[in-house]
Amino acid sequence: MKTFTYEKARDPAQAAALAASHKDAKFIAGGTNLLDLMKIEVETPAHLIDVNGLGLDTITPTQDGGLRIGALVRNTDLAADAQVRRDYPVLTRALVAGASGQLRNKATTAGNLLQRTRCPYFYDTAQACNKRTPGAGCAAQTPGAVSRQLGVIGTSAACIATHPSDMAVGLRVLDAVVETILPDGSRREIPIETFHKLPGQTPHIENALQPGEFITAVSLPAPVGGAQSYRKLRDRASYAFALISVALIRHPDGSGRVALGGVAPKPWRLQAADDQLPNGASAVMATLLEHANPTAANAFKIELAERTLAAMLAEE
Amino acid sequence: MSPSDVSTAPPSDTDIPCSSVQLTVNGTAQTLTVDNRTTLLDALREGLHLTGTKKGCDHGQCGACTVTVNGRRINSCLSLAVMHDGDDVTTIEGVGTPDALDPMQAAFVEHDGFQCGYCTPGQICSAKAVLEEIRQNVPSHVTKNLMETIPISETEIRERMSGNICRCGAYANILAAITQVAEGSA
Ligand SMILES: Cc1cc2nc3c(=O)[nH]c(=O)nc-3n(C[C@H](O)[C@H](O)[C@H](O)COP(=O)(O)OP(=O)(O)OC[C@H]3O[C@@H](n4cnc5c(N)ncnc54)[C@H](O)[C@@H]3O)c2cc1C
Ligand code: SF4
Ligand code: FES
Ligand code: FES
Repeated sequence: MKTFTYEKARDPAQAAALAASHKDAKFIAGGTNLLDLMKIEVETPAHLIDVNGLGLDTITPTQDGGLRIGALVRNTDLAADAQVRRDYPVLTRALVAGASGQLRNKATTAGNLLQRTRCPYFYDTAQACNKRTPGAGCAAQTPGAVSRQLGVIGTSAACIATHPSDMAVGLRVLDAVVETILPDGSRREIPIETFHKLPGQTPHIENALQPGEFITAVSLPAPVGGAQSYRKLRDRASYAFALISVALIRHPDGSGRVALGGVAPKPWRLQAADDQLPNGASAVMATLLEHANPTAANAFKIELAERTLAAMLAEE
Repeated sequence: MSPSDVSTAPPSDTDIPCSSVQLTVNGTAQTLTVDNRTTLLDALREGLHLTGTKKGCDHGQCGACTVTVNGRRINSCLSLAVMHDGDDVTTIEGVGTPDALDPMQAAFVEHDGFQCGYCTPGQICSAKAVLEEIRQNVPSHVTKNLMETIPISETEIRERMSGNICRCGAYANILAAITQVAEGSA
């Protein structure tokens, strides 16, 4: 690990200002993704800003009947919250499908959203990776590369990595909004739909945040009701990242919402695909995955996603 | 060197950034000066010589380093010591001693909940926290109804223990040990 200086932030505005005033500064929350990557020197911040003392660890009602989740609320506490369990159960289900009990006790709302891809070539600094080193090439797209876990849609010739978060898929189907403060003290709100960026020619740009911008909270609109579920398929029954996952909200009249995890650089949802829900799983997936461009090793994800949704729709 | 003044910091003639941290470990107040890069795991093992906590993967993938901080289980390998100023840490050394075993330790012995023993401190720290999490009604991936009191079951225990890998495959006996403690305290 490279050396770094360390300080604790006093408040969110100061945290953002500090991040902008230091070269190569990073916030550290739970540390479960950042430290992992610092150990292998994929991340090499020169300065760490510890944001754990800032509060931001409560879940409070919003004026329009929704919930505001502090950026530092731990994944365990968010999943266990009585209101989330009752009104947004797809979020609880997505959270507890991720990582392990120990990790969820540390992982934070903001850190989970900003966790980086698990592409094996991104983790191996001996391999070419456009995300780590823009212009270096993409080892995951060379002949014989292992791409079973990687993306099938929204990817590009520069990068086929997925966003690995389960929580983010739950937030996407609930239309969450990311709330931030910028180094100049101004605040803004970013809909989850536009928060994560597709790679295009710039896979190193992963989200809409500007330098130093600090997430203060994630808010949920008023409950949408419906039957909510999350199903995750993986190579072992627990403590593994998704091959694919499906977040589903279904209303008695057959309408609803669907978002996929494990297939794209961001939680994957399209309004036009939601509209196909009354017509069944193949109609939804024909729209949702219409422009899929899988590798030979991960083309199975398309059928797996359709079968998974079909199984969920067949359940009472 | 007195145990309350330990250091994992490099010699002072280098310019490697260090910090001072005060924390309570197994009931004893400790002050450490650490290279900022020191994980909580390395501070416990190399700074405080509490070598019960084990390093398996050092990347959050095995659970051998599980300790509790302020009552909650975490992977000590994925946390920096400097981030634990003021915290209360319990390691396997604080759970029980050979003369006064914690019921979970006694159950692991009774049921042969280990072979080589390398994963065991993490398994035991995790198992105690798992029973507490179920009592607090924290949901898991296998919880059927999110609105009801969660029953202690083998399915719940297995899912919640998935963050602790055992290379020797002692899982069946680990499950038996935890189940016995759960039933004894129900
Ligand atoms: C073995 C293992 C298995 C896992 N399995 C899963 C899984 O199955 N599903 C899943 O979803 N996840 C999984 N995870 C990932 C885990 O969920 C993330 O590591 C965790 O959510 C990151 O949160 P954190 O608070 O620890 O982030 P940190 O590591 O502290 O930070 C991550 C990033 O977010 C930035 N950041 C943090 N807070 C803020 C803020 N308020 N504003 C702006 N930037 C901020 C940091 O600078 C850093 O770049 C796994 C992790 C491990 C190690
Ligand atoms: S898929 Fe993306 S993250 Fe993986 S090696 Fe290629 S550029 Fe890097
Ligand atoms: S050593 Fe910490 S999880 Fe393996
Ligand atoms: S007893 Fe050997 S690793 Fe678990």
